[in-house]
Amino acid sequence: MAYDSEILIVGGGLNGPALALALADAGLSVTVIDRLDTATLIERDFDGRGYALALSSMRLLSAIGVWTAVAQKAEPILEVKVTDGRVGEAPSPFMLEFDHSEIEEGPMGYMLEDRHLRRAFLAAMDAHANITQINDTVVDQEIDEFGARVILASGKVLSARVLTGCDGRSSGTAERAGIKRTGWGYEQTALVCAIAHEKPHHGVAHQYFMPSGPLAILPLPGNRASIVWTESAANAARIQALADEDYLAVLRPRFGTFLGDISLAGQRFTYPLALTLAYAFVAPRLALVGDAAHGMHPIAGQGLNAGLKDVAALAQVLVDAMRRGEDFGRIDVLERYQSWRRFDTASLALATDAFNRLFSNDNPILRLGRDLGMGLVNAVPGLRRGAIREAAGLSGELPRLLTGRPV
Amino acid sequence: MQATDTTVDPSEIAKFEAMASEWWDPNGKFKPLHMLNPCRLDYITSQIAAEFGRDLAAPEPFKGLRLLDIGCGGGLLSEPMARLGATVVGADAAAGNLPVARIHAEKSGLEIDYRHTAAEDLAAAGEQFDVVLNMEVIEHVADPQGFMNACQQLLKPGGLLLCSTINRNPKSFMMAIVGAEMIMRWLPRGTHEWNKFITPDELYTLIETAGLTPVDRKGFVFNPIAWSWSISARDLNVNYVTASIKAD
Repeated sequence: MAYDSEILIVGGGLNGPALALALADAGLSVTVIDRLDTATLIERDFDGRGYALALSSMRLLSAIGVWTAVAQKAEPILEVKVTDGRVGEAPSPFMLEFDHSEIEEGPMGYMLEDRHLRRAFLAAMDAHANITQINDTVVDQEIDEFGARVILASGKVLSARVLTGCDGRSSGTAERAGIKRTGWGYEQTALVCAIAHEKPHHGVAHQYFMPSGPLAILPLPGNRASIVWTESAANAARIQALADEDYLAVLRPRFGTFLGDISLAGQRFTYPLALTLAYAFVAPRLALVGDAAHGMHPIAGQGLNAGLKDVAALAQVLVDAMRRGEDFGRIDVLERYQSWRRFDTASLALATDAFNRLFSNDNPILRLGRDLGMGLVNAVPGLRRGAIREAAGLSGELPRLLTGRPV
Repeated sequence: MQATDTTVDPSEIAKFEAMASEWWDPNGKFKPLHMLNPCRLDYITSQIAAEFGRDLAAPEPFKGLRLLDIGCGGGLLSEPMARLGATVVGADAAAGNLPVARIHAEKSGLEIDYRHTAAEDLAAAGEQFDVVLNMEVIEHVADPQGFMNACQQLLKPGGLLLCSTINRNPKSFMMAIVGAEMIMRWLPRGTHEWNKFITPDELYTLIETAGLTPVDRKGFVFNPIAWSWSISARDLNVNYVTASIKAD
């Protein structure tokens, strides 16, 4: 059987290109299909969105040749401070401090703006001989024992050994394959924006746990920071509707004065928070990656990092199978990816969920309990190092790409 | 072509014919072989790559190598070897396996020469190969030494023989017969006869008597917690594999 390409990737966002590059580097022919054309994808000016890349994610980007293009634009996160807070109150005395000097690997991670990462991915895919990019919409898919085919809106049909869905939390690839999902909303919305501030941030990321939800202040290059600010859905809608100056007036008492005066430095976005988990990450000839498999509450900034872990694990499973001569689209091969990633992502999704429920609460007993808990984590170096390594993506059995080695 | 050899046991062939259509179902009767396959392939590919100086990260690393898969069954090893570029002859004494193997290879886009024949017939016809795979077969033949002698004749000078089988001791009886056949029902009852199992020392004697030089042996170990197989340098108590070469 001849295939149009060995791998079909539906979704050209971030996980799709990362997977395409990893597999193409190993010699596989890859076709990436996205509804948006590349011009639309790169036209966007700075829109205030950024990613907190774990160290392991940075290593993956290095291994697939994307990091050098963005390294100068990434801001190292040297320290993370986690505090329990209330609007207008001094931070609670127990504070978690994670300092990169406690792990040997360098910075704990990097803040990188969406626009830089997207452009770097697109440029790398353009330059890769094994990657074909197609601007079209998938309208149907067919799977049999030996391959998968997608039917595009243009009428074109493309076949491959494996179809991968990198098409987000409402994945059409999963739906067409009959893979059901479970999940729930939180009645919470993340307000996202970039701000400029007077004083330097010194590479410190802050996470305040407020009764309404967490507020993250993440350092960007220069005197700028990316804000991820969670409120109840109703509050968020009201805040988002405010004029810029009034929006800042609501943010200021939550933010505090430690960075001096603040102003908006980009567009304002909102994202409703919801957890979604596919019942299966794989089916014969099909694998789901990133939010298509598991979308989680973004409080720990682990969404993209978890997606890139999927990319690294799936690429390694497929390439190892190819190098031992296996037909790598068979379900017994794809199940190796699922068993590697499913427990990890389900437990991370549920842990972030529990974390959020514990912290989005004004109950004084819960407040005392978590303040003591934070003090305890802080007082015991081993616990703190464990938490840092987890946040930096350095725990668990790591795929080769996450250690910076080629797949 | 009919098998006219003396080492094939007719009652063994009938057993496998009954199972032929199940070969490619990852959750069917051959599930244990499918589970063991990545581990077997890791051993086979690394031994071939080392012996013939091939880079497994390169496309079609086994191009130019002529390989014989004895007891090919449904083609669980023949197909991966063909995919890696080898010119493959798959031989099986059970005629029912061959249509299954042929149809599956064709649908997979692979060219494999499947033959209903036995090692002795191929040797008598003067066929020679760079690599002979003799995996999970020797415990099923009537005359292991005659079979091993045929394998030796089938190798070109400098050729590589990979042979795996099951050890004979109380642990292998528990694992392969009580565990895999009786409790897990992984294999049909009667797939294995414990008294036909061969210890590593006995296998080395068979190999050396045939005029080959053993160069490596490893165990295939099942981990019930990880529910998967791995290669062990020390534990040859149940499933194990050997590599031998024919002098130039």
